[in-house]
Amino acid sequence: MINKTAAEMADALSKGETTSLALTQAHLDRISAVDSKVKAFLHVDKEGALAQAASVDAKRAKGEKLSPLAGIPLALKDVLAQKGVPTTAGSKILQGWRPPYDSTVAAKLKAAGVVIVGKTNMDEFAMGSSTENSGFGPTFNPWDLTRTPGGSSGGSAAAVSSFQTPLAIGSDTGGSIRQPAALTGIVGVRPTYGAVSRYGLIAYSSSLDQAGPFGRTVLDTALLHEVIAGHDAHDATSINADVPAVVAAAKSGDVKGLKIGVIKQLQGEGYQKGVQTRFDESLKLLASLGAEIVEVDCPNFEYALAAYYLIAPSEASSNLARFDAMRYGLRVGDKDGASAEAVMNITRDAGFGREVKRRIILGTYALSSGYYDAYYGSAQKIRTLIIEDYAKAFAKADVLVSPTAPTTAYKIGEKVDDPMAMYLGDVATIPVNLAGICGMSLPAGLAEEDGLPVGFQIMAPAMQDQRLYQVGAALEAALNSKWGAPILSNAPSLGGAA
Amino acid sequence: MSATYDEVVAKYDPVLGLEVHVELNTNSKMFCSCTTTFGAEPNTQTCPVCLALPGALPVVNEKAIESTIKIGLALNCSIAPFSRFARKNYFYPDMPKNFQISQYDEPICVDGFVDVEIETDEGPKQFRVEIERVHMEEDTGKSLHVGGATGRIHGAEYSLLDYNRAGIPLVEIVTKIVPGTGKYAPEVARAYVAELRDILRGLGVSDVKMEQGSLRCDANVSLKPMGSEVLGTRSETKNVNSLRSVERAVRGEMIRHADLLNEGKKVKQETRHFQEDTGLTRSGRSKEQAEDYRYFPEPDLIPVAPDAAWIEELRKTLPERPSIRRKRLKEEWAVPDKEMAAMINADVLDIVEATVLLGCDPTKARTWWLGEISRIANEKDVAIAELSITPADVAEVVSLIASGELTDKLARQVIEGIIGGEGNAKQVIDKRGIKVVNNDDELIAAIERACAAQPETAEKVRNGHIPAAGALIGAVMKDTKGQADAAKVRELLLGHLGQSGN
Repeated sequence: MINKTAAEMADALSKGETTSLALTQAHLDRISAVDSKVKAFLHVDKEGALAQAASVDAKRAKGEKLSPLAGIPLALKDVLAQKGVPTTAGSKILQGWRPPYDSTVAAKLKAAGVVIVGKTNMDEFAMGSSTENSGFGPTFNPWDLTRTPGGSSGGSAAAVSSFQTPLAIGSDTGGSIRQPAALTGIVGVRPTYGAVSRYGLIAYSSSLDQAGPFGRTVLDTALLHEVIAGHDAHDATSINADVPAVVAAAKSGDVKGLKIGVIKQLQGEGYQKGVQTRFDESLKLLASLGAEIVEVDCPNFEYALAAYYLIAPSEASSNLARFDAMRYGLRVGDKDGASAEAVMNITRDAGFGREVKRRIILGTYALSSGYYDAYYGSAQKIRTLIIEDYAKAFAKADVLVSPTAPTTAYKIGEKVDDPMAMYLGDVATIPVNLAGICGMSLPAGLAEEDGLPVGFQIMAPAMQDQRLYQVGAALEAALNSKWGAPILSNAPSLGGAA
Repeated sequence: MSATYDEVVAKYDPVLGLEVHVELNTNSKMFCSCTTTFGAEPNTQTCPVCLALPGALPVVNEKAIESTIKIGLALNCSIAPFSRFARKNYFYPDMPKNFQISQYDEPICVDGFVDVEIETDEGPKQFRVEIERVHMEEDTGKSLHVGGATGRIHGAEYSLLDYNRAGIPLVEIVTKIVPGTGKYAPEVARAYVAELRDILRGLGVSDVKMEQGSLRCDANVSLKPMGSEVLGTRSETKNVNSLRSVERAVRGEMIRHADLLNEGKKVKQETRHFQEDTGLTRSGRSKEQAEDYRYFPEPDLIPVAPDAAWIEELRKTLPERPSIRRKRLKEEWAVPDKEMAAMINADVLDIVEATVLLGCDPTKARTWWLGEISRIANEKDVAIAELSITPADVAEVVSLIASGELTDKLARQVIEGIIGGEGNAKQVIDKRGIKVVNNDDELIAAIERACAAQPETAEKVRNGHIPAAGALIGAVMKDTKGQADAAKVRELLLGHLGQSGN
């Protein structure tokens, strides 16, 4: 049962072939069997999950109308507050905190009857691309346990790719959904900025953060997207408009006559050979389905990484100021009449990891009086230029495409001492965040040289998220028939009961 | 030896700058839906947003924007078609996010003015105080530092934090520098804050209670040698909690600066705290090393872009400007300058107007509020508004005097009873058995008793020595326990002693 898609599970539930309780228990068993190796979860809420499953089953038995994903298990990235359930954002500074409120995403999931089985590991405060920056140890890539699953939503991606849950929620500030999706061979979508409420999403970079869905298929991902998206009065940046028809688009998957723009700057040099090969192959498949392939020029993308590493740390330096030992979380050094100021300092030193401290210092510097214009101000100008690049490109093409990440999954520890090398892994995903548009990564096959999954990125204009699913569904179908099976069927079983 | 004020203003020219913080009286906080009642149990008016729990986000209170625009319009400002919130970053335990959401380089209202008038020996004088900006921000929580000598965070044994005030909408009103006030600087500062308070009260956007902190003034003062173009170093005095204190603080700082300058010392650019008891200021934190607040646009909020039509709608709802209203009332009531100034000083204009609107004669209304009632308020050391007497009570008392049911003297007893909580005028009269002795027979009987007791005095009056009547009238009044109308007693007495017509 756990190898099925969420849509198939939902079908089985609605036909009475199984119950949510049985389905949830099967996934909890899988977690028990394999997560000691994968380490996708920081917290498994067994009791809460079974209670929610039982409640959905009871409603179904009474004939109540249920949402399509009611009763389906899901893994929630630990960056999202869930009432009463430990929520740490991967940081020791929040160890033991149980939020007294639900994030809007958690509330929508609960209202839809989705069964949240646990909170997944992540780079501390979503700062990282490998989940190695978690305050609680790394997550391992189910395809090869010596490699990273990507990040920062590495726990969520690993949970879905190792069949511990069919669905997961991640968050994407510079590629943190799409990159781990690529590295673990699953589908991940970063919705348009403002499409999914950020209320209760522990902020890393407010102007870039966006929660989004993971699934093993394009349709599953669309079903989850529909549950979590929509306007929220608690988030001033939430877009007040109808949710794009993503499920319908995922079901149609027609690309005939669609113009697909290949971004000149996001391919070729710096991209692993096997990654480029699978990317080119996917383009041919799309062309064979009747899409028109054009090349587009985005000259300012060259500066995207630099702009990102000024804007995100600047906002983070302010967002993370609230972790001061006064009201919640860790408190260290509160003895011998230590002043509040001293306790704040000692706690922040003990609670934050190296990468978080690095970015707080970077951001504090970039916002300093006398440096603001040169750093934060310039970065915002680049952001405008990138938005203009996209506008010109979308005038020529309905969607834009690129490889999601320049390489396949790398070894744990390979880049931890070289932050610049790690940052370069986000070169293709970051422009989407800077422009506030939407992007998807879906598996394009395995690289010949290492047998690891390669991600294909699709980008669409703001609030045109349905185009991602339209193109994604078409490509997914073509790839499945080319490879004879879903790409994930090549993943190792990890010895757990499948 | 400290310079006298006259010496200071002979030698130096003061320059003022005033920053006023106003707590808006919205039902909910600036960025969340928590209630804002003053004096509630600590930490009962909080939520994930104003406690800065991880993940919580601010949403702007539209009513606060409306109030701020009204304030801007009333202060003759232009309303920015596009303004933004910014984060002001600094760590302090009573600020939950460790940044304050404020407005920085893009405030909502700019470039206004307030005209104020002060009384001088040469008659009334007008000054224009120019407004630089009006912007929105949120208040902090309150810390209580326990133990330690100073009540400050350093040296405290422990601190208590109350976040009820965290996130209350604040509006900051900043003047441009105010030059050219000369020796009137303290009075101009006071008149400006008073005018601002009246404007805000008229708009109904704030409780404007200085003693509760809903209106707080920081006074910046600097001196330059007479004739110099170069501004002196300023001090910023905080904690100025009454109109009187504004005036005292400015005067005190002028003298302190002058003393330093006269000794060849430098004025330090610093924050100072006003001491209510001594009228002096003490040094706060030094501002020589400007703190770097790392301002940047608040990414969790969208820009404020008020619709031009809405602004015009709000402009139509503005009440009469207090200075114009004062002029109008002065004319309508035919009040002399001095009396008008006295009413403004005693803060009874609203209450007198309310009394007049109930049909009371303006002069009589003014006399009662400014006289007897003010006297009782002073005696009890409370504000007039806090006494339990209403405009309706005063109007009734005045009409009872007009109809002859009360004398002025008896009316004072009635007023005293009303304030003492004995009920309204009629109830006090009933309870105390107050009545005017109007019955001629009763009065004549008393007059006869008085004349019998003082035959020589009566004889004098009978012989045309009218001033002697006073002693007899006094005796009659005493006899009737003050319930007789003295004028009537006099008339009857003179008639009785054959002196009618005098």
